[in-house]
Amino acid sequence: MKKLLFITVLALSLAACGDRIKPDDGSVDEGTYASGDSAEGGATAGGLDADGGIGGTALEGGKLVSYEENAINDANNVLFEKIVYFEFDSNTVADDYVELVKHHGKYLSFNPSASVRLEGHADERGTREYNVALAERRAQAVMQLMLYEGAGNDQISIISYGEEKPVAFGHDEESMSLNRRVEIVYQ
Amino acid sequence: MIKKIIIGLFCLSFTSIAQAVLKIDITEGFEGALPIAVIPFQWNGAAKVPDGDVSAIVMSDLARSGKFSPAAEKDLIARPQKLADVHYKTWRIAGMDHIVIGSVTRQTDGSYQVQFRLIDILKAKQVLGYSFKATDKTLRAVAHQISDYIFTHITGLPGAFSTRIAYVTIKRDKKSYSARLQVSDTDGYNPQTLLTSDQPIMSPAWSPDGSQLAYVSFESGQAEIFTHDVATGVRKSRSKYKGLNGSPAWSPDGKKLLVTLSKDGNPDIYILTLSNNKLQRVTDHWSIDTEAVWSPDGKSIIYTSSRSGKPQLYRQAPTGGSKPERLTYEGGYNASASVSADGKSVAYVHGEGNVYRIAVMDLASKSSRILTDGPLDESPVYAPNNSMILFASQEANQAVLAAVSVDGRQKQRLAFTDGEVREPSWAAVRN
Repeated sequence: MKKLLFITVLALSLAACGDRIKPDDGSVDEGTYASGDSAEGGATAGGLDADGGIGGTALEGGKLVSYEENAINDANNVLFEKIVYFEFDSNTVADDYVELVKHHGKYLSFNPSASVRLEGHADERGTREYNVALAERRAQAVMQLMLYEGAGNDQISIISYGEEKPVAFGHDEESMSLNRRVEIVYQ
Repeated sequence: MIKKIIIGLFCLSFTSIAQAVLKIDITEGFEGALPIAVIPFQWNGAAKVPDGDVSAIVMSDLARSGKFSPAAEKDLIARPQKLADVHYKTWRIAGMDHIVIGSVTRQTDGSYQVQFRLIDILKAKQVLGYSFKATDKTLRAVAHQISDYIFTHITGLPGAFSTRIAYVTIKRDKKSYSARLQVSDTDGYNPQTLLTSDQPIMSPAWSPDGSQLAYVSFESGQAEIFTHDVATGVRKSRSKYKGLNGSPAWSPDGKKLLVTLSKDGNPDIYILTLSNNKLQRVTDHWSIDTEAVWSPDGKSIIYTSSRSGKPQLYRQAPTGGSKPERLTYEGGYNASASVSADGKSVAYVHGEGNVYRIAVMDLASKSSRILTDGPLDESPVYAPNNSMILFASQEANQAVLAAVSVDGRQKQRLAFTDGEVREPSWAAVRN
């Protein structure tokens, strides 16, 4: 949660100082969405802080934002994060994750050949079929945000597993919070 | 007062189906249950068949029903084998209302003749007596039949011991996941696997005639509803629309399924006619509508809807455009209804805070009571004779099946030692 909050803050601040990568050729107009102060231009611009990896907690560590095709596999890119977590019985994309979802939506819009499967999940509380419906709504909420960013309908598919595929098997809040999620799975 | 006894511990292996070892514990309550003594049957001309200990099976059935408290074998004050040996006064003083005696006799062709007599101690006479022919393989079935006769005679309710239950088991570790759709006798014996998948299987539901199961399988990479003939193994894909395909529930005549589909955007309830695959939309609301079940007369459906903000139960006619009547108001989460066979009450999951328990509502008075303790009880389903409710429960770290009598006084655990067990469905008849 903290980690993604920081990504969001960073991404928002960066949004103010850079222009978008063009969808057509992936080139960059004026600078990139790079962290730190050593952006070099190009969609895979450097300036990566060694501490800013996936497990980084330092605010000064940063993540790259680019929509290059391989960005989703780059541990230093925000797009590397592909799980959106939800509150109990909620299908609202929390503020902490809105930017992340938007980045993925933009990625899809810039990479028309890319496609994702949004896998909705719920925690074990409540009934199984209701949870399948709830988790589908979570995936739909994520999809809607992606569509706003220009992703195409045909790039996104949805499946809801409800509570059938937990990733954490405890019955405590921590486990359950890990299970209330939508996984963005690039195909 | 709460008594705890272990009714049966069966750990016999079957040649082909050794995966499930079922242990039934009566975990709570014998208060109000009818005293009965099942005298161990006499075996003539053959050693007792380990899986076919008829009197032990009858005793276990009666205890599991919640209506009876069979005397433990060690507490029997006498072991009469013939009617003439029964000393009514002694049994009366011991507070016994009924006793069951019987025998299993090996025939020359290797089969068995099974006889039993139900004796009413207060009336001081035999009130039931039957003789059956059985084989090694059918001894258990005969025992369940005997249980049904006894249960029906004393309670006036149809017995449900001879039918079958279906459930889903999950085996998983960090690397693998395996879901199985299984069918067994009502005491968990003879488990047979109808479907194994590395993707989830959900919501099995018996057809009214006990010949088919409807269920949801994700085997093709999306939710899909199948019907599956349990005798032939032949199955048919019934619903594979974009989005949700869930919550199949048979109409009382077995010709239609209520299903939840989201193909039109929201999870809504539809009626699927099996003969022609035609869909009829029942609900059309932006909220989640799901888990619909029919009333036994087919005139109404009860389902879960979040139209008030949180999941609650609603009832309406199964035709589109009917005005839904909200049934539940207490607590923030009421879902997954099962209607009793007489149509008078509904069992459901009642969630409050972080505790999910099984509750029952009387549909006439709308009064409800909570029957179980939680914390994660779900998937309630009435036994076909309405005497008890089977449900899934989380104990320590094991998912088990449990049963509670409809008055909430008796609770039992049906623990399979093999993986997680969930989503029970109880067939009304054996087919």
